Amino acid sequence: MRNSKKTLLLMVMSLLLAGLHAQVVIKGVVKDSKNNPIPGASISIKGSYDGGTADTAGRYSFKTTEKGQQTLVVSNIGFKPSEQTIKIEGNTITMDVTMKQEISELTAVVLSAGTFEASDRKRAAAILDPIDIVTTASANGDITGALKTLPGAQQVGESEGLFVRGGTAAETKTFIDGTLVNNFFFSSVPNIAQFGRFSPFIFKGTVFSTGGYSALYGQALSSALILESIDLPDQSSANLGFSPLSINAGYQHLSKNKKSSFGASYSYTNLALAFAIIKQRQNYSQSPAYHNLDANFRIKTSKTGMLKYYGYFSSNRLAFTNQSIDSLGYLDKFALRNTNHYHNLSWKENLQKKWRIYTGISYTNNRDNINSNMQDQAEKDVLLTGLEFKNFGLENKGNYFNAKAMLEKRMKGLSAIRFGTEYNFSHDITEYRDYIGGAYRYNLKEHIKSLFAEGDVYVTNDVALKGGLRFEHSSLLDKVNIAPRFSIAYKLGKGSQASLAYGIFYQNPERRYLPSPNNLDFMRATHYIAQFQKSINQQTFRTEIFYKKYHNLVKTDIVGFTEAAINNNGFGDAKGFEFFWRDKKTIKNFDYWISYSYLDTKRDFLNFPYAITPNFAAKHTASLVTKKFVQKLKMNFNASYNYSSGRPYYNIGRDALGYKFNDQGRVPDYHNVSFAINYLPSIGKKDAKSFAVYVLQVSNIFNIRQTYGYQYSYNGIRKEAITPPSRMFVYLGAFISFGVDRSDEVINNSL
Amino acid sequence: MKKGLIILSLSLFTLSVSAQSEKFQGIMEAKVAMIDTTRTPDAWKDLANTFERIADAEKTQWLPYYYAAFCHVQSAMLSLPMDGSFGDNSAITDPVADKAEKLLLKAEELGKPNTETYCVQKMIASLRMMGNAMARYMTEGPKAEAALNKAKEADPNNPRVYILEAQDKYFTPEQFGGSKDEAKILFEKAKSLFDVYKPASSIAPNWGRAQVAYFLSLYK
Repeated sequence: MRNSKKTLLLMVMSLLLAGLHAQVVIKGVVKDSKNNPIPGASISIKGSYDGGTADTAGRYSFKTTEKGQQTLVVSNIGFKPSEQTIKIEGNTITMDVTMKQEISELTAVVLSAGTFEASDRKRAAAILDPIDIVTTASANGDITGALKTLPGAQQVGESEGLFVRGGTAAETKTFIDGTLVNNFFFSSVPNIAQFGRFSPFIFKGTVFSTGGYSALYGQALSSALILESIDLPDQSSANLGFSPLSINAGYQHLSKNKKSSFGASYSYTNLALAFAIIKQRQNYSQSPAYHNLDANFRIKTSKTGMLKYYGYFSSNRLAFTNQSIDSLGYLDKFALRNTNHYHNLSWKENLQKKWRIYTGISYTNNRDNINSNMQDQAEKDVLLTGLEFKNFGLENKGNYFNAKAMLEKRMKGLSAIRFGTEYNFSHDITEYRDYIGGAYRYNLKEHIKSLFAEGDVYVTNDVALKGGLRFEHSSLLDKVNIAPRFSIAYKLGKGSQASLAYGIFYQNPERRYLPSPNNLDFMRATHYIAQFQKSINQQTFRTEIFYKKYHNLVKTDIVGFTEAAINNNGFGDAKGFEFFWRDKKTIKNFDYWISYSYLDTKRDFLNFPYAITPNFAAKHTASLVTKKFVQKLKMNFNASYNYSSGRPYYNIGRDALGYKFNDQGRVPDYHNVSFAINYLPSIGKKDAKSFAVYVLQVSNIFNIRQTYGYQYSYNGIRKEAITPPSRMFVYLGAFISFGVDRSDEVINNSL
Repeated sequence: MKKGLIILSLSLFTLSVSAQSEKFQGIMEAKVAMIDTTRTPDAWKDLANTFERIADAEKTQWLPYYYAAFCHVQSAMLSLPMDGSFGDNSAITDPVADKAEKLLLKAEELGKPNTETYCVQKMIASLRMMGNAMARYMTEGPKAEAALNKAKEADPNNPRVYILEAQDKYFTPEQFGGSKDEAKILFEKAKSLFDVYKPASSIAPNWGRAQVAYFLSLYK
């Protein structure tokens, strides 16, 4: 008994020893599918400690005491783990391994044709950081101001909006958390571009499509601006801001369990003081004054679900006079009162089996009250014979409701399918009062119902395709449209890729030209875009060529008192190429980008006598944006230069035969140099109870004369340049926040 | 005979179990000892892979997962460009931070969150921040700070807490709240804690003496 135990023990011991002696060397090379070595790959015998790491040439070698049939596991970050059976015997085994890349957002090709993204996501299209929106000197803290420094957008300064690739501002639509925004800008004022209503700090992601956008969006012939609002804040905080123009105060509360937050802020802006110092072209009897109030809540409804509400209310007014161009010695008065509510509620949640749901509703109520009068030099209303039509009142009331629901199913890799439905309702009531008190009322209701579906297919990390289809029905036109969209991207090498996009886009005639005496159709545009992009080591180069064909543009004529759409006989096209170069590398802590656009476009629409290059399209547009942070001074120096070649201008008149040119020409080239300094004295002070930012901004620092176009007297005899309200503008402000370091957030937080 | 067989099989079982744990103990001791002498990103990666193999073979030990996460972070930190620019390095940092987070999660499941896992949590957040410091210091900075505070709360006498704090102070520009003088005080605090520090076992975290010595030598 005792003996046998001993024997067994001995046997076990000798087996163990034998095992130690009989080591087998396993070696080989680990490569990817393109035969490049994978340094750092981990090789192991499953379930054992034995294994090794591939060197810079992908070679590995290790010894093992394991025997017989085993599993060799090879893994590395960014690759699919590979397992293979291996029979361990003899002295040396050579085993080469080929690994497949994991399809991931980080490495996969991106469908980026026509798309600029400003977000923290590491993607080829994300060539801007969210902070770039507010640190671009010429932007004045406005979202579209920053986007105007990118290729594709025009430097139009006499009216608000994004004019993209030969398209009008109305051809660009804005979406917040998936749903359409109806009054993104403050209400239009003649010849003065208005700012966007929303602070750039409420958005964490911005996608600016200059064409070829996805089937998820519609009703925009040229461009889509897609904004995503921020989620929960990092911390509760309060903030205050002062400047000669405005005061603001806000509070954000984050719940203790960090699952919900709410907040509100209020600002009052009055430009009286600024206009007293910086002479304006207009003479203000009521300087622009704005009360803005917003409120929000955000609730994490589960680990993956998020419910967000953002509400906005604004009440603002202004009134000014200009020396009348129509009658010497008299004044033209323009007065505007506006109130606007906007509410947006969105919810997203992961469902079972890789399904995800996105829903959102938004409601807007907008009211504009406009008064136009002739006045004498004592600013008393007068009625001049032959110019009676210049005395009128206009009241616009708009109610807009949008709803969207979408389901998404994630497939293997990054592939996915999405489909959903959208409903847009608009109700516009316009009341026009003429000089003898006659009132004309228009009432316009529209329901647009849409269905859409799209699929993303990632064949490998190197090839991606997107195909989509959108179907819309308009109750006003009583017509349907079907719009296909398609894009493809191919990875050419490390950091470089080529992509193509094609799509058909429909848009209803602008409501300002409705109602029409005739039956109208959708306007239509077809986009073709080809892009090449290379992005390595903090440097990005991108170039695009495009062709856009317009069909069924709206033609207008005088119907009653107003210009109204009469048919869809308009047409046009736009073609061009664009470059973008961004470099954060060459000069340390200095960041700059250059963009250039060439545009060749002609169209016949509205009251154009025939196809011409429209007055909002410059042939050459370029921008240089620079950013420099000097640590020692705790100061940010941002400068930008914008250029556009002279745009054409026209005076279109009407006689018995129809519309004709009374005058035409080309305005001088446009140059603008802007400069901004932000001083952040408390940056980095961890225990600081408050955080202050001081901002100094100067636009058109060299006082260059800028001409946007010309306006003509009613009889066409006199003409006057349309210029900015002041040549140079200086802005000074201080912002203080308590509780959390929101330095980035407070820069430029007014205007 | 029957009894004998039972005893035999039981003893064989214990033998193999103790051989296994001896093997674990042995390799861990050898690899843990390498931590204070490893310098290059490749060597850290190799060490990370080794700890990961041990972790996956054992499945029930938190320490190899903890060390694997730690070594991955070290490897990525040393892979970052050294020119001091605040560029976008997220392609280097993010995949490694994701990987380290997964490994650390396993360590926390097996060993419960403790002062050492919080330290690595802090290092992961700092790594992410380094991926794009200008854009992320507001989001990842507070996360790193919160993890470090937890580590300190769990054991105020853990010298590694003060090393991490000191390194932040050392490398942050003065305008952003860094201070070489304050860093020195913290390194010295870590040093004095190490004088009386006793690791929980021969394979428990004990790294940091070499770093403290290195940084303090820079002040001479």
